[in-house]
Amino acid sequence: MSESHRNGKVIRIEVLRYRPEQDEEPFLQAYEVPFSDDMSVLQGLQYIKDWLDGTLSFRWSCRMAICGSCGMMIDGEPRLACKTFLRDFPAGAVRVEALAHFPVERDLVIRMDDFLAKLESIKPWIIPKEQRSIAQGEYLQTPAQLDVYEQFSSCINCLLCYAACPQYGLNPDFVGPGIMALLHRYNADSRDGAAAERMEIAGSEAGVFNCTAVGYCSEVCPKHVDPANAVNQNKTRAAGDYFLRLARPKGGAK
Amino acid sequence: MNTSDPRRPYVRPMAGWWRRNPYFVEYMVHEATALFVAAYALILLVGLLRLAQGESAWNGWLEALRSPLSVIFHLVLLAAISYHCWTWFRIMPKTMPPLVVGGKRLAPGVITACGVAVAAVCSVAVLAAVWGATR
Amino acid sequence: MKPAMKRSNAPIFWGLFGAGGMLAALFGPVLVFVTGIAVPLGIILPADAMSWSHMHAFAQHWAGKGLLFVVVALFMWHAMHRIYHSLHDLGVHAASATRFACYGLAVLATLLAAGALLAVGF
Repeated sequence: MSESHRNGKVIRIEVLRYRPEQDEEPFLQAYEVPFSDDMSVLQGLQYIKDWLDGTLSFRWSCRMAICGSCGMMIDGEPRLACKTFLRDFPAGAVRVEALAHFPVERDLVIRMDDFLAKLESIKPWIIPKEQRSIAQGEYLQTPAQLDVYEQFSSCINCLLCYAACPQYGLNPDFVGPGIMALLHRYNADSRDGAAAERMEIAGSEAGVFNCTAVGYCSEVCPKHVDPANAVNQNKTRAAGDYFLRLARPKGGAK
Repeated sequence: MNTSDPRRPYVRPMAGWWRRNPYFVEYMVHEATALFVAAYALILLVGLLRLAQGESAWNGWLEALRSPLSVIFHLVLLAAISYHCWTWFRIMPKTMPPLVVGGKRLAPGVITACGVAVAAVCSVAVLAAVWGATR
Repeated sequence: MKPAMKRSNAPIFWGLFGAGGMLAALFGPVLVFVTGIAVPLGIILPADAMSWSHMHAFAQHWAGKGLLFVVVALFMWHAMHRIYHSLHDLGVHAASATRFACYGLAVLATLLAAGALLAVGF
């Protein structure tokens, strides 16, 4: 990209770097990046990688806020780098760090093994209440039934809500907001019948009761999912399961 | 840092996390209202114990409530517990299933406003009941 | 994540926290105003509204007993549950020790309130 496109504007991008083979701990490194008003923070990082420092590592893919790869702390807030624009930092500087509360693999790349293991554990697919044969036709659903879970299905696994959740930072065993949003997405689906199985996780010591209703997870979600609502609705459900399990012995955790 | 892992992932410390974001500072402030709720519960508990000890003990507790320091402290309690009331209902929409009224989902602001309105009605009812029973 | 997950007993404490929090949100401000401001200063309400005869009779009645007990006990359970979590937030993770201290205080306050109300008689 030639310099003439950039109207002479320059922003200072400070990146928290960590190279495990040589650094004992992360450190800030600043880059002077020429930019134009249509450039995202992600494009700023790509400029650094292409022109200034090829060793900088970060994840990205779609550049249009749907793949969920480029989540990072931008001036202390969990944001998607592709959805945040350099023009919105009028002080002429912006600080970029790896997503909070996750171990740093390298530079802006976090380790998400824990999230993936939890994702698998909640069985994030529809487990039908009743199996239907092809001859019996589709599983029908009314618009009202769709409305109950639809927003939760917008999750793109970007992990911003985890970086917004101090309870996950304090106790990484906590299943956390994003997983609970997905768990609720399936539990609340009228076609699904596995809520009792998933209750083993929601009602466990790693489950919903680690949440103290900070609510910031729902503020930072780039897809307007309300994970705090998923977690807290399931507190009521887990409490009901806890107190009613004697009356209704099947289902739920041991 | 996890030294057993050859990839040496770096785990950042959580100390002072709540100072990193104004949202977290507000959270800590509204959680701290619990200290004032506890203080008020203890004041009432002492009152109950004094009541059980007889008339002069009770009157001593009443006298203590009339001291300027006590009145000022109760003004602080009033502010803190009112803030608890506001933050309690502010978070309430996030804690309940969607409420559908007339085919439309109730907006979070409406739910919060209803909560605060119910608290106002309860307050007036208590004042009226106390006034009616003791005048 | 651990494969075998233990069911959390938190619903008991969370339930008490929620009940106390709702009670404190609905009635906390007005109770503070009545007992700590209006009656001591004699404004809006009569200055003798909490006189010995009034309050003793109120605490002897089963309904008055119930109200006083519920307010003191649930306010305490609400507050101590929140304080327990705040200690965790501030980095005090000695979970069993802080849990014992916080919930223990709530149990103690509950028992003292019940004892006092029984001692007042019927």
